[in-house]
Amino acid sequence: MGKVFKFGNDLDTDQILASQYLLLPTVEEMSAHTFESLDPGFPGKVKPGDFVVGGENFGCGSSREQAPAVLKALGVKAVVAKSFARIFFRNAINIGLPAIVCKGLPDAVATGDEMTLDLEAGVAGVFGDEGEERYPCTKLPPYMQNILDHGGLIAFLDDGAA
Amino acid sequence: MGLTAIEKIISNKVGHRVHGGDIVTVPVDRVMIHDIFIPFVADKFREMGFSKIWDPDRAVLIYDHLVPASQQDDVRHFHAGDAFAQEYGMAHVHRSDGICHQLMTEAGYVKPGDICFGTDSHTTTYGCVGAFSSGVGYTEMAAILGTGTMWVKVPQTIRVEIDGKLPDGVTAKDMILTLIGDLGADGATYCALEFAGGTVRDLSVAGRMTMANMAVEAGAKCAIFSPDEKTAAYCALDALTAEQAGIFGDVDADYVRFAGGPRPVMDGGAGRAGRLRRLDVKATAGMVGGEGGALRYRGEDFVPVMACPSQVDLIRPVSELAGLPIDQVFIGSCTNGRLEDLQAAAQVLRGGKVAPFVKLIVTPASVGIYRQAIADGTLGILSEAGAIITNPGCGLCCGRTGGILSDGERVVATNNRNFLGRMGTPKVEIYLASPVTAAKCALEGRI
Repeated sequence: MGKVFKFGNDLDTDQILASQYLLLPTVEEMSAHTFESLDPGFPGKVKPGDFVVGGENFGCGSSREQAPAVLKALGVKAVVAKSFARIFFRNAINIGLPAIVCKGLPDAVATGDEMTLDLEAGVAGVFGDEGEERYPCTKLPPYMQNILDHGGLIAFLDDGAA
Repeated sequence: MGLTAIEKIISNKVGHRVHGGDIVTVPVDRVMIHDIFIPFVADKFREMGFSKIWDPDRAVLIYDHLVPASQQDDVRHFHAGDAFAQEYGMAHVHRSDGICHQLMTEAGYVKPGDICFGTDSHTTTYGCVGAFSSGVGYTEMAAILGTGTMWVKVPQTIRVEIDGKLPDGVTAKDMILTLIGDLGADGATYCALEFAGGTVRDLSVAGRMTMANMAVEAGAKCAIFSPDEKTAAYCALDALTAEQAGIFGDVDADYVRFAGGPRPVMDGGAGRAGRLRRLDVKATAGMVGGEGGALRYRGEDFVPVMACPSQVDLIRPVSELAGLPIDQVFIGSCTNGRLEDLQAAAQVLRGGKVAPFVKLIVTPASVGIYRQAIADGTLGILSEAGAIITNPGCGLCCGRTGGILSDGERVVATNNRNFLGRMGTPKVEIYLASPVTAAKCALEGRI
């Protein structure tokens, strides 16, 4: 179980990590500036195992892989959104950060709610007044699931799986 | 069933027919790495344990976002890039020649029918010469450098047909902005945008470049224009090969279908609900959005438009925005920094003066364009009018140098993104427009 940090539609990668921080030497240093324009306190509040929840077209804009990388560095367990921009989606899977499409859950949660995610079953859950509400998630194509299972593209290639 | 243009390119490369949705591993003809990401590509490449680049001649390294360096830390990226190029024998390194996407086509690195990947999201640009090209992250780029291949999901194709004559003062930029407004910032996610029709055929390669460049702003994986005699001339080919000449969408190919044709631009800004609705290709029998599965536009219907702060799909006619005072105008970028863009601006500004208190920044996209614009007098006209002419490169577009703005300021810019905080603080208003519109705004001091 983890806490929800909720964001809106068309969240672009400049908002996840602004371009002026892309030149910092390490992802760890960059991660202190995650979501700076929208929620400057985010890096201090998020705990390993928490979730970022978005609306449609999450991660649009630039190709910067640092966007999913800072979320992973902060311990975000998965990004759950109604839909993802293409490059963010590939980048996330390639670095081993689950990017999960779920149409129902984003509208049902707010920042601070507790949620669960069962990747194998493809189900996201949130705890409301009447117990746990469950929402189906789209499963990854087998090729991408295989990359994710390996923990990312590097381990995947190392393994000769490609 | 026929094939779309992108399906044909990928089919040619893999040796069997592919359709939208298929996952295939493709051979890569050319890759582009830019200065911002080269240290990370280099790290990942070594981490993956590769000892050599699959074919160093097919890899191009371009410094553009950080040229010339505005901060000490920027220099690290040049050092990392130079060291990587030397260690792995990369000969194609451009250190101060202009913007990556301009150079990839201008310097002849991309040919019709090629498959290309780049570390910048606007790698969709090379669709202007009939190539399949798309942006990837640095981990994927490292994998391509080592293997020469990449897996792709063959995109479904949205076909856009535009016929008729554009009104005076309306450009390729106005067409692509209008389309992005209609589709929405995610309307073409994972799809190819295939452009066809008489208006598109009449466009120069530069105009096609503007449209292909911004395809990613509708979420597209790539854009594609069928190669023709203009393409061949631009790419310095004597003639197109039969395979290259065959890169066009078949009428009976399987295109994405829509529940209605393009709506008038006057509805722009209606938000997500007002946009075109995509229908499931498999579930729909009849086409409503146009015969043959295309979104159809009439060239005569386009008007000058702008993307309003801070959404690239918040499109409104310039006439509705007229009167808003501005602080700065930026003409340049991989979207609109080409010779014909500068010439169009010069035509508006000839003999006039930029309004007091307005800074007009002009950034040619490449050194080649810079020299041509000196030779034909374009830069002279712009300078006479009061423009600040900068070195070729990404410049203000990526918010690192040359004209950063502050709270409450408003800029009209010809580049491709108006995201919050992209050119300064989050309280800067960025309006995206064509070079013609931008130049008119510079003269007037307002939209």
